[in-house]
Amino acid sequence: MIYFNNVTKKYLDSVSLEEVTVTITQGEFVAIVGHSGAGKTTMTKLILAEESPTDGTVFFESTDIHKLSNKDLTNFRRKVGVVFQDFRLLSNKTVYENIAFAMEAIEKDEEEIAQDVPHVLELVDLTSKSTHFPHQLSGGEKQRLAIARAIITQPDLIIADEPTGNLDPINTNEVMNLLKKINDLGTTIILTTHNKTVLDQIKKRVITLENGRVVRDDKDGKYML
Amino acid sequence: MFLIKTKRIIVSGYRNFSRSGFTSFASVLIMTVTLFVITSLIFIQAALNSSLNDIKEKVDVTVYFVSDAKESSIQNIEDALKNLPEVRDITYTSQDQALVQFKERHSNDYLTLQALDELDQNPLGASLNIKAKDPSQYESISKYFETEDALSKGALTIIDKIDYHQNKVVIDRLTSIINGAKKLGFAVSLILVLISILITFSTIRLIIYMSREEINVMKLVGAGAKYIRGPFIVSGILVGIIASVVTMILFVPVTIWLGNQMTDFIGINLYTYYKTNFFQLFIIMLGSGVIIGSISSIFAIHRYLRK
Repeated sequence: MIYFNNVTKKYLDSVSLEEVTVTITQGEFVAIVGHSGAGKTTMTKLILAEESPTDGTVFFESTDIHKLSNKDLTNFRRKVGVVFQDFRLLSNKTVYENIAFAMEAIEKDEEEIAQDVPHVLELVDLTSKSTHFPHQLSGGEKQRLAIARAIITQPDLIIADEPTGNLDPINTNEVMNLLKKINDLGTTIILTTHNKTVLDQIKKRVITLENGRVVRDDKDGKYML
Repeated sequence: MFLIKTKRIIVSGYRNFSRSGFTSFASVLIMTVTLFVITSLIFIQAALNSSLNDIKEKVDVTVYFVSDAKESSIQNIEDALKNLPEVRDITYTSQDQALVQFKERHSNDYLTLQALDELDQNPLGASLNIKAKDPSQYESISKYFETEDALSKGALTIIDKIDYHQNKVVIDRLTSIINGAKKLGFAVSLILVLISILITFSTIRLIIYMSREEINVMKLVGAGAKYIRGPFIVSGILVGIIASVVTMILFVPVTIWLGNQMTDFIGINLYTYYKTNFFQLFIIMLGSGVIIGSISSIFAIHRYLRK
């Protein structure tokens, strides 16, 4: 589904990713781990075409993501749900509207929105806070809202960049369970983290990056640095 | 789908505006200042035009006829003058009227009146007072009297004097002052309007700059460029509408005060002017506000919508 072909990314004179070749197949749950600056976030940014590779290509199915036109890129992004460490919610919109916005963006009609949003709110346990604004939520609630926004459009792929980075252990558990549940329903998940307990708990594929290179690719969840 | 999308964009733009509290207040304030400047300039132009018209009214050319000129000959010349394209208005003063006016003017001057009574004949000639459409045209009107046409009507024999040449210096100077004032007024207005539009533009740019992260998130969620841009334009339009209403309300006390205090100085009652032109002024304010607001938003957001 996602294929990194010999990808190198340089920022000015520092190398962020070097000759990375990775294949991620449909339905997988992949964790990308590594120290800060190892290139984890760069990989997610390359998938979302927020950044372009210096060398090599990134494929989604069989198309080169970085050769898409603006319109096709918008269409591609509609197939991907994103969860960030810093949540990146729309501060002017309520919990309900934040989720509804993702559906409006992909041109769903009102009935579908009215039907799906409450359902997802229930799934992430935010029904009672649907009229709150993001600044009125706790960190865990914000992250659950971000996940709700990412899954409401039923994307093929969810990218979660350090989704537990700002959370306490209990909230971390909740978020991870949620992601696992989504993965069980068939959605591919790419997760970046440096939280050891998270990885030991999920027992899924782990790709380890070090100074921009892939140094390990384990089938079942060991975190070794 | 188009209707639903439009509705969503309008609702979203309205919510952005109403929930941004202070930011929206600030942009309405700046926009109000801009519209206030534009409206003030319209008022200043109106006042300037009215004073210039007053001055123009005071400029004229009078043709004095000899006292034994025949009324029919004068009539001929008057008709010919009326056909000149530069002439706006001609007033004929007969010999008798001239005498009455003279007596009125010198009602305190007993000696002169007595001397006048001594004469058994009216010494004053009839006259034609000519007003041109524009002060610069008096020269060509005065030249008419040198043409064949005027001469054939016996102008040379019956005209006593034309006061154009005495007034020439004053008329020329007034003409150049009037033209200069108009040009200067226009240039100053243009510069002030440009400056205030630039300030509004920068403010809106700054507000959208603050939203750049959110714009990025919208892009990542898969929203198309139009869908992201729309609500910002709606907010900009709302700023324009509210600012134009505020400006129109602000000008009520301002013009009432100016009308009471400054009418003699300015030459027109600005409150009356405001009332009679209310509808046009409001349309101008609304139009300027909406156009400045929406165009600023479109320009400001453009750079964030590229890849």
